[in-house]
Amino acid sequence: MAEIKEIKELRVEHITKRFPGVLASDDISLRVGEHEILALVGENGAGKTTLMNMIMGLYQPDEGSIFINGEQVKFKSPNDAFSAGIGMVHQQYMLVPNMTVLENVALGLKESWKTVVDLKMVRERVNQVSEHYGLAVDPDAFIWQLSVGEQQRVELVKTLCQGARFLILDEPTSALTPQETDELIVLLKRMSKELSIIFISHKLNEVKALSDKVSILRHGRVVFEGNTSDYTPKQIAALMTGHEVETTENTNAPVEGEPIFRITDLCVKSDRDFYALDHFNLDVRAGEIVGLAGVSGNGQKELAEAINGLRKVDSGKIEFFGKEIQNKTPAEVIALGMGYIPEERNIEGIVPSMSIKENMILKDSESEHFSRNHLLNHKVIEEYTDRMRDEFDIRSPNMFVAAGSLSGGNIQKVILAREIDRKPKFLVCVYPIRGLDMGAAEFIHKQLLALRERGVGILLISEELEEIMNLSDRIAVIFKGKNQSVLARNEANTSKLGILMAGVGEDDE
Amino acid sequence: MMSNYKLVYRITVITAAVFIALLVGAAIIIAVGGDVFETYWIILSMPFKNFRSLCEVFTRMIPLMIIALGICVSSRCGINNIGAEGQMHMGVIAACAVAFAVQGLPRIIAIPACILAAALAGGAYGFIPGFLKAKLEVSELLSTVMLNYAASLFYNFCIRVPLRDPNDATGTPMSARLPDNTILTKFFRGTSFHGGIILALILVVVIYILLFRTTWGYKMRAAGASARAARYGGINVPMYLIIAMCISGACAGMAGATELMGVQTRAMENITSGYGFSGIVVALFASLHPIAVIPAAFFFGILLYSQVNLQILTSVPPNLVQTIQGVIILIIVSLQMIINNPYSQERFRRRFFSNQIKDIKEAK
Repeated sequence: MAEIKEIKELRVEHITKRFPGVLASDDISLRVGEHEILALVGENGAGKTTLMNMIMGLYQPDEGSIFINGEQVKFKSPNDAFSAGIGMVHQQYMLVPNMTVLENVALGLKESWKTVVDLKMVRERVNQVSEHYGLAVDPDAFIWQLSVGEQQRVELVKTLCQGARFLILDEPTSALTPQETDELIVLLKRMSKELSIIFISHKLNEVKALSDKVSILRHGRVVFEGNTSDYTPKQIAALMTGHEVETTENTNAPVEGEPIFRITDLCVKSDRDFYALDHFNLDVRAGEIVGLAGVSGNGQKELAEAINGLRKVDSGKIEFFGKEIQNKTPAEVIALGMGYIPEERNIEGIVPSMSIKENMILKDSESEHFSRNHLLNHKVIEEYTDRMRDEFDIRSPNMFVAAGSLSGGNIQKVILAREIDRKPKFLVCVYPIRGLDMGAAEFIHKQLLALRERGVGILLISEELEEIMNLSDRIAVIFKGKNQSVLARNEANTSKLGILMAGVGEDDE
Repeated sequence: MMSNYKLVYRITVITAAVFIALLVGAAIIIAVGGDVFETYWIILSMPFKNFRSLCEVFTRMIPLMIIALGICVSSRCGINNIGAEGQMHMGVIAACAVAFAVQGLPRIIAIPACILAAALAGGAYGFIPGFLKAKLEVSELLSTVMLNYAASLFYNFCIRVPLRDPNDATGTPMSARLPDNTILTKFFRGTSFHGGIILALILVVVIYILLFRTTWGYKMRAAGASARAARYGGINVPMYLIIAMCISGACAGMAGATELMGVQTRAMENITSGYGFSGIVVALFASLHPIAVIPAAFFFGILLYSQVNLQILTSVPPNLVQTIQGVIILIIVSLQMIINNPYSQERFRRRFFSNQIKDIKEAK
């Protein structure tokens, strides 16, 4: 392995960075010692990722400096950071899907770039690293064949093969299942015996389980530093958001009445041409939230798309107020009063390059309110957007900025504002708070409960059991495209749902 | 307003692009043994020497503008129309055929009839790649370029056989001179500046309104910016793709009609003179904004006109202008990254618009 000096200490001092309209980092100082795990927590847009990107040399700080082992360093590009022994695993994995694990690792290893790529050397190094740290990977598997958790291990191996002595992990658990998260935490604990780690997260249980020290960022400033063991997750949450956090809970009595939405024997194919939904059944009543729990990839995406006319239904029925809506066009489904908060909010829920204002009318540009004779009424649209920005607390410099430039929470609020204010009769909601901070999540949950009060039926698809159990009237569990079981809220608990999510039927117990 | 500094920023970057292109051009001129200052002086000053030369530039602006406006529509809808050249050929054929059919009718009917025919022919020719892309996912780059060949060959056939001037004795493949009632008015005696400019300016307004004021334009832009989000929003993406290509083709067809009816007065070889490609550059140069198409077309009009002058006045080959054009395309496309980079925009704003920043801070 290339000889890289041990990193005994990484220190940043008085770092300031400005971006269009925002102060992303405001005089930040941090210190990470040898074999230490520092958790960097903060709400979305607090400046965590920006700070890490500066340490990695992706951005240059406007003011302030970075020190390794007491010596000042200046990274002009990520390559400089790599050669100093710092490695980062980004939130979005930087892997080439149609290459093997080995080839992906070779991409980051300049030593292997000879006339013919020296895959033998790479293989040796991968085996060495995966054995040493207990990171099991199949070097010959293609990336697209791997689960999200496995891809993350590949990212870790790739970074370690480059000789990283200091790891930066940007929200490593955001796409993992609960089990995978637990495995990762054990793994990182073991790795910290040899490495130092900065770990970005806003899941406070993980912060508590993993880190030695915690630093909290708010609006680009360090507002708190301390030893993790001295504080409870609740205290950290309060410091992070700046106020006490309460969980939103649905405590209403079970809903009675006829279902307004019913799925019968639905069969739908996935992109890879197998049946992602296999005779799936479910119904929802007016004013009821039905939670659909399950590990992601068990047909949730296909279900949401089939309901909204975005995916072909092979057989079975979807009835919506007595009308069959399977294989209708998205426009027809929308016109019937269906609302949809999609999984991929950044690229499907909004047109990222268009302004907030233009995104507000994505589904309603033809409505009488916003246009007449196909001519848009910009004044009305602007007034409407202003009102939505107030009501849904969408934080942005103005309504003309590209929606894609907003933080995740604000993007979700744009989508929520649009979907809720259209007064839908039913709402399909997919992973509504994935990757959002607690403040935004709380806001969104309150909105969903308010919608329920108004008699709107909601299908809440989520993998966070806490969310499902707090909000739902009834809970269904999806596994391999089948509905395992439907439980009333008071029958459900984590262990019962966990067993069902793992595919064990109630009858098998 | 809020986008004030952005506008200044864009103009600065584009002006910089022109200067870089001129510098690279200078290197090329030196390489072919020309005189840099003389060459640039001819390129930039000749159009303003007298009114007649300025009119020559205006004349070249007409097809450039019309084609660029069509490109604005197709590119904003997310489809690259490289086929303007072919659509223009089809427009010329249709306009020419109809011109002989409406012989004797009043101008007020004859001229719109020819232009309409050209729009329909160009639109139909644009429909083909649009349809192939929307329904079968055929790359529009491939289909439009291939259709350019087909159109050009079909055009050459037309001016040799069906549209051939029956009274011609020289053997030149070309049509007869169009009937007088279909020839566009020249505004000034002794200049080439013709009535097509009215059509071009009307189209600027129409395309601007279409793109930014109507729901159709809104949906096309949404489809172009993110097809997936547009589909989610209930927008029929394939349909708007086809419509955008038809509009783009119709514009190119009309550009062909103005060139036929305003400048050449008969269908002859090389009638498109590369306008189909230059029009794409004009649209890019204008950042796909219909109003910015006017100055962009003026600039390229100057460049194209200078080809004539260079040939007469210097030893520098007129193809050099095409080289400079190519360099500008390259530089503009590369600078697109810088233009759209919010960080360099911000740096620019801090340096030159610092008073605005203070306002923002105080507002906070």
